[in-house]
Amino acid sequence: MRLPPFQELLDAHARELHRFLLGMVGPEAADDCFQETWLAALRAYPRLAPGANHRAWLYTIARRKAIDHHRARRSPALPPPPARDELALGDARLWGAVRALPSRQLAAIVHRFVSDLPYREVGLRMGCSEAAARQSVHLGLRRLRRELTP
Amino acid sequence: MNDLRQQLHAAARRLPSPDPAAAVERLAAAAAAAGLVDVAVGWLQTPVGPVLGAVTGRGLVALRYLGTAEPSLLAELAHRVSPRVLWRPQALAEVAGELEGYFDGRRRAFTLTLDRRLVRGFQAAVLAATEAIPYGTVRTYQEVAAAAGRPRASRAAGNALGANPLPIVIPCHRVVRTGGGLGGYAGGLERKTRLLAVEGWGPRWPAPAPAQAPAST
Repeated sequence: MRLPPFQELLDAHARELHRFLLGMVGPEAADDCFQETWLAALRAYPRLAPGANHRAWLYTIARRKAIDHHRARRSPALPPPPARDELALGDARLWGAVRALPSRQLAAIVHRFVSDLPYREVGLRMGCSEAAARQSVHLGLRRLRRELTP
Repeated sequence: MNDLRQQLHAAARRLPSPDPAAAVERLAAAAAAAGLVDVAVGWLQTPVGPVLGAVTGRGLVALRYLGTAEPSLLAELAHRVSPRVLWRPQALAEVAGELEGYFDGRRRAFTLTLDRRLVRGFQAAVLAATEAIPYGTVRTYQEVAAAAGRPRASRAAGNALGANPLPIVIPCHRVVRTGGGLGGYAGGLERKTRLLAVEGWGPRWPAPAPAQAPAST
C-alpha cells in the first residue's frame, strides 16, 4: 500500500469536511478551522500509515480543531449575535447548545444532521462502529433535549 | 423526539453552503508559504496541448502530455518524491514562461533547474546525451546509445527516451531513426513533428543524415 497524493484527499473530502466544520463551529469560524485542519493534516501526512482510514483521520483532526476553537472562545454557548428574527434566534440557541456537547456527540450530531449521513457513514468518519455512532447521536440528542427544554 | 431531529435538519438547511473552492485555493497558498508543498503540480497550456507539470524544491521534476498521464503522474510523484502533492499552478510560472518562449521560437535553450529524481539508471546517461543535441538538429537512437556509452543498446535507449520524465525540456523529440523514420514519441508522433517544426526541422522531414545540422542553427 502506498500513500495517495495529498491532492486526492483534498479532492475527495474538501467539500464535505467544510460542511462538517460549518456545523461544528458555524459560518464565521469554519474557514479558519478548515485551513488549520488541512495544514495539520498535510504536516503529518507523510508519517501516516498507508492503510489507515484516511477519512477518520481527517475528521479526527477537524474535530480537534473545532474543539480548540471552542476552547479558545472559552464558552461556545456565548450569547449569539443579535438575530434578525425569531427563526435565526432559535437557530442560534440550537447551535449554541449543539456546540456545547461533548466532542464525539457534537461530531456525531453534525455528521448525522448537517451532512445528512446514515449511521454507517457516520461511523466510518468517526472511526467507530455503526452502533457506536448511533449511540453518540442518541446521547447527544438526549442531552440537547435536556438543555433546550425550559 | 422527532421534533428535535426535524429542528436540527431544518436548521442545518438554513446554514450557508459556500463553495469551498476559494478556501481550497487559500489553503494551497498557505501550505506553500509554510513549506509544506513538496510537489506542486499544474497544467501548462502549449501549442501541443495541455502539459501537466510538477516542480519540487529542487526544480522541475516532470512534464507529461494530456492523455499520457497513465499511470497517474500524481500517484507516481507521491510514491517516488513525496506524498505531499498539491495543485499549485502558481509554482509553475517560470516553467510556463520558458515553454512559451520555446514555442514562440524565441528560446533555444532552457535555463530551468531540473530535479532528476524520476530518472533512473541507464536513462540518466541517455538523457544526458540527448540534452547535448543542439537545437534544430536530430540524432539517431544508435548515436544517442553510443554517446550514452552503450553503442549496441539503441532499443534500450529508445525505451529510456520513451520514459523521459521531462519531455520538451530534455529534447527526446530530437532523436529519430537511422534511415529517416521519425521513430516513436511518448506524446505521439504528431507532437514530435510539431516540436521539430518549432525548431525549424519540419520542412526537412524525413530527416537527412543526422550529422548535418539545418542551416538555421
